[in-house]
Amino acid sequence: MLKYIRRKLIHLIPITFAVTALSFFFVDMLPGDVADAIAGVGTDNSVIDEAAIEEIRKDLGLNRPVIVRYFSWLAGVFTGEFGKSYQTGQLVSEAIAIRLPVTLQLLIMAQFLAVLFAIPAGIITAYKAGKFTDKCITTITFAFLAAPSFIIAIILAFLFAVTLNWFPATGYIPFSEDPLGNLRSFTLPSLALALIEWPILSRVLRNDLIETLQQDYILMAKAKGLSNFYILMRHALRPSSFTLITVIGIQLGNLISGAVIVESIFALPGVGTLLVNSIHSREILMVQGIIVIMAIAYVIINLVVDILYGVLDPRVRE
Amino acid sequence: MAGLLLEVVSLVTSLATKSGKLNAVDEVSFKIDRGQSFGIVGESGSGKSVLSRTIIRVHAENRIVSTKGEIIFEGRNLLSLPEKEMRKIRGREIAMVFQNPMSSLNPVKKIGEQIVEVLIQKLGLSRTDSRYRAIELMNSMGIAESEKQLSNYPMNLSGGMRQRIAIAIAMAPEPKLLIADEPTTALDVTIQGQILNLLQEQTNKFNTAIILISHNLGVISRYTDRVAVMYSGQFVEESATAELMKNPMMPYTSALMRSVPDLTSPPHTKLRAIDGMPPSLLETPQGCRFQERCQGVRDKCFSEMPEIILNGGDHRYRCWYPLEN
Repeated sequence: MLKYIRRKLIHLIPITFAVTALSFFFVDMLPGDVADAIAGVGTDNSVIDEAAIEEIRKDLGLNRPVIVRYFSWLAGVFTGEFGKSYQTGQLVSEAIAIRLPVTLQLLIMAQFLAVLFAIPAGIITAYKAGKFTDKCITTITFAFLAAPSFIIAIILAFLFAVTLNWFPATGYIPFSEDPLGNLRSFTLPSLALALIEWPILSRVLRNDLIETLQQDYILMAKAKGLSNFYILMRHALRPSSFTLITVIGIQLGNLISGAVIVESIFALPGVGTLLVNSIHSREILMVQGIIVIMAIAYVIINLVVDILYGVLDPRVRE
Repeated sequence: MAGLLLEVVSLVTSLATKSGKLNAVDEVSFKIDRGQSFGIVGESGSGKSVLSRTIIRVHAENRIVSTKGEIIFEGRNLLSLPEKEMRKIRGREIAMVFQNPMSSLNPVKKIGEQIVEVLIQKLGLSRTDSRYRAIELMNSMGIAESEKQLSNYPMNLSGGMRQRIAIAIAMAPEPKLLIADEPTTALDVTIQGQILNLLQEQTNKFNTAIILISHNLGVISRYTDRVAVMYSGQFVEESATAELMKNPMMPYTSALMRSVPDLTSPPHTKLRAIDGMPPSLLETPQGCRFQERCQGVRDKCFSEMPEIILNGGDHRYRCWYPLEN
């Protein structure tokens, strides 16, 4: 097992290398750079002073070729230096460290809620496959599947924050200040993400469960005189959750992009908003820092998923 | 302790398939006494498994099944029992051992858990008591190091051992009827005898009646008191096992007996298989269902279906021109 984990962690090196190289060159290809942003290019009353911009580029080292800049950044990463913001001078590592807990909490709460909706829905639809209940729930899941997260986020904010006033519409309260207020401020954003997430999980679980319910050991469990509920929960659920776990892992990664939208709608100071702002202002080092964190997160999530396979099924452990 | 335990009356089990509705079990009637061992023999697709599953009312999830007739178990018609009542009988009064122990045990649940759950739920034992009882049961099934096996998974055991576990689970509540659906077909020949002996020993011990389903006449003749031959959803012959082996009346039965390979015949002797295939249950022929494959077929066999009739004693058969022995 340890060998396996080590092998996976070694994978992290080429993955990080490839992902960061790609993102570095892509961001560099965008028109304009941070020097333009500093000089105010694009704002209404700006006077374009090419010489001044060139001066800024020189100061920041942006006049070097992109390959050189990438490798000098990469060399920094290996010594723990992620660079700093060109405009504010804030350390990239510091900026991310402040915002990461917000995004993590959002993602974890969203995934938790999604699983909370998906498991009962998956079980009911599989058990009643083809029947009226299944068709009703399936229709609902497709409706959510088709709705984009920002629409759901806006509807939720309108309904529960503006109209009913149950939850705050925007803002972030740190957990250490007010635990309950913190959870309240995260409820709507995580719900917005969970609502686009659970239909996929529920469908995946339904399909696997339907297949499991055809197995001989389910027939045997019935012949033992066990109740349907017990059979579903204690015999069928576990061997049916492989794809579910896999998809949860993949979706956790995808949710990061959902988080970008939801964070800006609910004004949560997370990594998502930082990423968007950094791309706008061509803060290439900030973008790189976030990309590295995301790559590491992907690998770790997949590692955890692989370990969970073994927990779920003894046959995988061998 | 004789006495009637189970009476099946004109049972019809229909399955809805993609190509139409068919009667997998067609007008089957028989009786089983307490402690009796009753064999059902037939080719694959003859309806033996569907019959056994109709008795315990456990069918594959995706099958749409409808039934007619009666299954009277200790005075109650199982077919009209509410599901909740039926569940009390399942695994308590009537238990079942499945064909393939490789797939009938849950691969992700520990062996112990799979035995213990029956003891707790069906017999109301406490967790500690059920653990001891499980070890006891496994010992009496001839499972070595039974305490250690409790925390093993099915994959750690051989097929024979898994089937012993399945028998332990089935016999745990000392049921009145055990249905064994081809319990040794998936096993090594050397293990088959051991498993069948174990089944016999266990059912004798608790005076449990057994329905032993097999396609192997040799197995049936050694381990049963009575036997029914099933063909195309129907019982075509039924009698005491010794009588049937000595005096088969229906040509199908004797063809089945001839097709059993004989160890005493010289090497390379041709196996005497029965030519042809059973008729499709979707379009059964008019008249006798064995007509196409019967060597003694005559005109009447094509026009009228023979009823299953009693011939003296208790030997029943379905044939217009029974064999003369």
